[in-house]
Amino acid sequence: MRAVDYVPVRSVEEAVAVLAEHGDRAAPLAGGTDLIAQLKEGHRSIDLIVDVKPIPELMELSYDPAAGLWIGGAVPCHRISRSQVVRRHYPALLDSTTLIGGIQIQGRASLGGNVCNASPAADSVPNLIAHSATCHVAGPQGTRTIPLEAFFVGPGQTVLRPGEFLVGFRLPVPPAHFGAAYLRFIPRNEMDIAVVGAGASVVLSPDGQTVQAARIALGAVAPTPLYVPEAGQALVGQPVTEESIARAAQIARDAARPITDMRGTVAQRKHLAGVLTARALRIAIDRARGTKTVDSLGRLNGHA
Amino acid sequence: MPERKKRMITTTINGEEITFLCEPRQTLLEVLRDELGLTGSKEGCGNGNCGACNVLLDGVLVNACLVLAPEVEGRELVTIEGIAPGGELTLLQQKFLEHAALQCGICTPGFIVAAKALLDENPSPTEHDVRLWLAGNLCRCTGYDKIVRAVLDTAAALQAAQTTPTEVA
Repeated sequence: MRAVDYVPVRSVEEAVAVLAEHGDRAAPLAGGTDLIAQLKEGHRSIDLIVDVKPIPELMELSYDPAAGLWIGGAVPCHRISRSQVVRRHYPALLDSTTLIGGIQIQGRASLGGNVCNASPAADSVPNLIAHSATCHVAGPQGTRTIPLEAFFVGPGQTVLRPGEFLVGFRLPVPPAHFGAAYLRFIPRNEMDIAVVGAGASVVLSPDGQTVQAARIALGAVAPTPLYVPEAGQALVGQPVTEESIARAAQIARDAARPITDMRGTVAQRKHLAGVLTARALRIAIDRARGTKTVDSLGRLNGHA
Repeated sequence: MPERKKRMITTTINGEEITFLCEPRQTLLEVLRDELGLTGSKEGCGNGNCGACNVLLDGVLVNACLVLAPEVEGRELVTIEGIAPGGELTLLQQKFLEHAALQCGICTPGFIVAAKALLDENPSPTEHDVRLWLAGNLCRCTGYDKIVRAVLDTAAALQAAQTTPTEVA
């Protein structure tokens, strides 16, 4: 790694001042699993690493029955996946924080870093969108809140302005009869980059038979993570049936605009977008009902 | 490249408080190996894929190659050198020998540290648990099966020791 300076910052204000002063020659450091690797490999060149972990808000993981879940931008995955609140109320977060990298990556890697790295294939994003996460950003002009689905501009690019950084995420309290799930396809069992990822959430009627609301988002099928509001909208008011799930999955498939690269082709990715959306919806529905009729891959009775 | 201002860092490594001087660009792994002579942690890939540099940072399993040295100020580290404090092999290490769970040995310190972290958190893992947990550790001699057996056997022996303490002295 070429020579660089390091400064730990202890408050949001201090971070903003340092980042604003150094512009694009500085970068915030959370878990470092992307940043340090990029610096070592020469993919990025900066003069100052700004360690934001000493800022209390950045490392806070807390739940408020009114405001919902706060995930500080630098909270590592392993703390999220071991949180009882997350396990109880935010099931899709558990899916993603236990499959990003290996255990030793989860010990450091943060959702803030995953989001700001802005890979179209970022595993944390489709499920955070399914959970209606908003990004809390601080910068020289003050703070602002951005829905996560509006945070991305292109591969590696976000709406963050010079001097701004991501303080954390707010996830609202899930309503009653809520369920969510994240699934990805990779060619092996673990430790790979998603060919396609799908996050889904549903709110069901009290009898569990009708969809009242749904959110669907895809990864690795567009230059940015892709929220597909029309797929969720198609489910609203519909009975929970394979037919209604298939319709939403078709819409997700049609919305996907992937490229062909070393991980997959356009045709394969569009197919996967449909299959994974259906499977993630089935798991989300199961979780909303508190039942278990699909397996962990989202397959009914173990097939399809 | 011009060197940047060096930093004095004080941290606890294997129970001992240590102060070292580092450049901000140095990783924890570089400092452990090149400055402190703790060469048990290995550099395999240097980018977080292989697990050969696994250490415990405040009890959490991390890759030392993806931690900057100045980040460990005031923290507690356990490296492979701290796993068997008195020089006596731990049960886990003995089981690695019994099961011949190593060939060239470069990956072994990382596997031992990772497996210790697993057993600390989950004393009775299933085979799936072990394979999933160790998915971030690579062995290019392809000794995975023996490694998994060694960890499962360690867990079984620790469980047996807990239920019948008098029989396992």
